[in-house]
Amino acid sequence: MKANISKIVIFIFIIFSLFIFWQGLKKNNNYDTRSLIGTKISNFKLSEINNDVQYISEEYLKKNKFTLINFFASWCAPCRTEHKYLLNLSNEDMNVKIIGINFKDKKKNAINFLKELGNPYNFVGKDLEGRISILFGIYGIPESILVDSNLIIIKKIVGPIDQIQYNQILQLIQ
Amino acid sequence: MKIKIFLFVTYILFITSTYSSDDKIKLLEVYKNLRCLVCQGQSIADSNSDFAATIKLVVQDQLNEGKTEDEIYKFLISKYGEWIVYQPTFSINNIFLWTLPYVVLIFGGFIIFLVVRKTRHNRVN
Repeated sequence: MKANISKIVIFIFIIFSLFIFWQGLKKNNNYDTRSLIGTKISNFKLSEINNDVQYISEEYLKKNKFTLINFFASWCAPCRTEHKYLLNLSNEDMNVKIIGINFKDKKKNAINFLKELGNPYNFVGKDLEGRISILFGIYGIPESILVDSNLIIIKKIVGPIDQIQYNQILQLIQ
Repeated sequence: MKIKIFLFVTYILFITSTYSSDDKIKLLEVYKNLRCLVCQGQSIADSNSDFAATIKLVVQDQLNEGKTEDEIYKFLISKYGEWIVYQPTFSINNIFLWTLPYVVLIFGGFIIFLVVRKTRHNRVN
């Protein structure tokens, strides 16, 4: 009887351990930004690309119904492919303001980039050393964050915006 | 007099070098517990990627501002989620992760106790 109880206990323990390992295998170990949807953006101060005195903070975002914050650089090839969608968005939709944050770039190159492809941004800020990018949870560019007037992140796009994501943004802001 | 100046300069150099190396050790400790999100299995301390360089810069800034290690981790978790730290925080989702080793330890100890007691009992008989 005693031996049977020990066997049952060991059996339950093995099953339990296998269950834990199985659960562990199911877990996705790739970094995912989904957990950041619904969190709030706070405490940032973004200087204008041409002018250090001029800057925006959370107050600017509160005034807009929606704001799309886009990190870009002239040296970033995928930024060129997504640029047409940003231009479309700035032309078509009045519900959203677009902020461009020029990431680890030379001012001259950034200005030439916008001259060449067009400027979809309502405000262009600079992040020379990348410190601002950490405040927004960025880990590579291009990356875009859609926030509402309460500064809540409602969508985060890692990589260039494509047609599918563009349509999703339009749906979210209407 | 020269000896006094020499001793004074040596003392100052010793103090400053100890202070800066303490700071470096602290920085390295924090870097080692942060995961490089764009690398394959590397910590921020191991990586020379652009992302790691930026995180190092921010950690350095925050330590200079007088923030504690925990405050820095909390800040980065709020921006990147819990995946950025190697040591997970205690929550209901990972309760087994934190408690299972202790349960196994107690369970194992109990089994050893039973086995030893049984062996002794058998020897006496």
